[in-house]
Amino acid sequence: MMVLIGKTSIDFIGKRYMFFAVSALLIAAGAASMAVKGLNLGLDFTGGTLLQVRFEQKVTTAQVREAMTKAGLETSIQSFTDRNAYQIKIKGTQEKVNEMSEKIMAGFAASFPGNAFTEEKRDYVGPVVGRDLAKKALFAFILSLFGIIVYVAFRFANPVWGAAGVLALLHDVFIAAGALSITNREIDLVIVAALLTIAGYSINDTIVIFDRMRENLRVFPKMPLGQLVNTSVNETLSRTLLTNLTVLAVVSILFVFGGEVINNFAFCMLVGSICGTYSTIAIATPLVYQWAKKGK
Amino acid sequence: MNKLHWKIGTVLGLLILSFWLLYPSVEWYSKTNDERAKTEAMRMRPKRILNLGLDLRGGTHLLLELDVEKLDKKEKLGDAMARAIEIIRNRVDQYGVGETPISRQGERWISVDLPGISNTEEAENLIGKTALLEFRLVNTSDAAQAVLSKVDLMSEPPFNKKGELLPEVAKIMPKHTILCKAAPGAEGERARYYVLEATVPVTGAYLEGARVETDQQFGTPNIGFTFNKEGGRLFENFTGANVNKYLAIVLDSVVHSAPVIKSRIGGGSGVIEGSFTMEEARNLAIILRAGALPAPVTIIEKRVVGPGLGEDSIKKGLSAAGIGFILVIAFMLVYYRAGGFVADIALALNFVFLAACMAYFGATLTLPGIAGIILSLAMAIDANVLILERMREELALAKPVAMVIPVSYDKAWSAILDSNVTTWIAAIFLFQFGSGPVKGFAVTLTIGLLVGMFTSVFVTRALYEFWLTSNPKELSI
Repeated sequence: MMVLIGKTSIDFIGKRYMFFAVSALLIAAGAASMAVKGLNLGLDFTGGTLLQVRFEQKVTTAQVREAMTKAGLETSIQSFTDRNAYQIKIKGTQEKVNEMSEKIMAGFAASFPGNAFTEEKRDYVGPVVGRDLAKKALFAFILSLFGIIVYVAFRFANPVWGAAGVLALLHDVFIAAGALSITNREIDLVIVAALLTIAGYSINDTIVIFDRMRENLRVFPKMPLGQLVNTSVNETLSRTLLTNLTVLAVVSILFVFGGEVINNFAFCMLVGSICGTYSTIAIATPLVYQWAKKGK
Repeated sequence: MNKLHWKIGTVLGLLILSFWLLYPSVEWYSKTNDERAKTEAMRMRPKRILNLGLDLRGGTHLLLELDVEKLDKKEKLGDAMARAIEIIRNRVDQYGVGETPISRQGERWISVDLPGISNTEEAENLIGKTALLEFRLVNTSDAAQAVLSKVDLMSEPPFNKKGELLPEVAKIMPKHTILCKAAPGAEGERARYYVLEATVPVTGAYLEGARVETDQQFGTPNIGFTFNKEGGRLFENFTGANVNKYLAIVLDSVVHSAPVIKSRIGGGSGVIEGSFTMEEARNLAIILRAGALPAPVTIIEKRVVGPGLGEDSIKKGLSAAGIGFILVIAFMLVYYRAGGFVADIALALNFVFLAACMAYFGATLTLPGIAGIILSLAMAIDANVLILERMREELALAKPVAMVIPVSYDKAWSAILDSNVTTWIAAIFLFQFGSGPVKGFAVTLTIGLLVGMFTSVFVTRALYEFWLTSNPKELSI
């Protein structure tokens, strides 16, 4: 029988203040970055025009930038070097649907004569649409959190557990968003899907340990809560590591080999899956303990 | 037959059903692009197949907003939206681009997904035109002439950005008239305007048909139209009463021609002349046949994904996912041996069942949808790991194998159920209240969780029980 880790008896609860400090640090870093740099919100939320073209002959980002400046356009440029493609974005313009794209194309035609390019992607998002998408996504997300709290409260006979699970989930989503801000990656609707995946993953992980706690509460009703939490986390530790390492491996492969289109998505998942595991052990269960102690 | 036979039979039956459901999808996607396009144009596309979203296959997504303020006050918003969607569907169908999901979004938005159209401008013209055809008399009074000469002297168009008449022009307009622009003539020519009577005796609502006709003299394309019975009678009476006056043919507030009425026009047909290209004439005829929109629409969102980009992202993403999948399968085999083998079979079945379910519902796979699948697969693996770890715990207590299996499943069940239901509740909310991509994520997640619970609990247990009938003593995990 192959065993990754044997029986452990790590005192997780005793280390809880260290965990809280680490989390606070991560959250603070993310919050600071969001405050200073902000989130790089994509067109899906700001509204605007995006045009992606692929050139036949090699051009550099600097050349593309120069071409856009010459055309009198204020743009942000993202390069997909492996395919010699460039994404030009103009956020929040009120102009008619096609006008902006035409201007960009004209700019390229003027600056790169003889270098043919094909249009790969063209997006226009009206400002109202962007706000609506963000609003709806947020509304749905918040409602689903309430759903989770209610269900967990019902199944585990304690609303605190559900709240702790949701806090751990928010912790993960926030750190992932912070990481996106620090690395200056753009947040679009696919990233929203990634954040939702992280949320789902985090709560799944938490519930499994809660389940073990519930079982141990039945078997050892006299055991002090701190010891009970530690036993439960240790008993499920090999499962936690196994599942999460498997997922981590898959996500890492997506991140490295998945191509530039899903790179931001994979990055977000990578951060989120690490957080999801960590927060279950370091946030959700210690929070339950802390809460229960305070109540006494 | 005992209970185990039933279980194995159920799994095998579902597997056969899945292959049967998946067959049309496999057949469809093994065709060449041209063959698919041809079948789509004939509207012979199979219904119950797995669809690829525009982000994966390329295409144009449009979001239109109905200008509610210009709606007839008597018409209810819901009715107007339904009519607008119907008319857009008619136009797109006649254009022949195949399966085009058109749906209402929010209060007054309409979403249109055009697969694989490369010439988006043409599609936009086809969908975005109001196509309100009106016949109005031209006002040729002196007051009207004065308006036209004033407009001629102005350096800018007489309308502001909202399309309203500038006040200095509005105040000299004759009573019960409107100012309309003429269709642009040759390049460099000044824009021309007409003063028209406000009353509209006949509109395009009475049209029965419209088609492209070629001018006998110049060979330029025109649009011939025929009225229905009532429209024909109205038109005949109207022209009869206004002989020697000018009749303006106005389409979407633009005057296309204004011929003199030489005599009463019977027979209920006519021709719109103008400087159309063949393409424009063809599209106009389609639009006129399909009818006018209840109010103008504006494009508030537009996404075009070139077919190359979609294919590229599929290829890269699929190969990475493939590597990841193989890695997981190999790891499970090495780590849990027989148990891993059972889990791997469950995982493979999970894929087949999930794809079959999606094909049956005709669901559309998008990038966010793939995220939902990844999450559901991760949770299915997790369920297997939970069960297998329990088995190891129970085996370590030196319990007999035949007892280990039911005990492990019983103990693991509550964790699997609760974690799945929790995620499932979240998915339901996201499906109900989210839009677009959030919904796409929720759909695959919901189906994936249900399928995952089935394969990782029911299927694996049946497999273990089957294994135990021949090897009741040993279980290598």
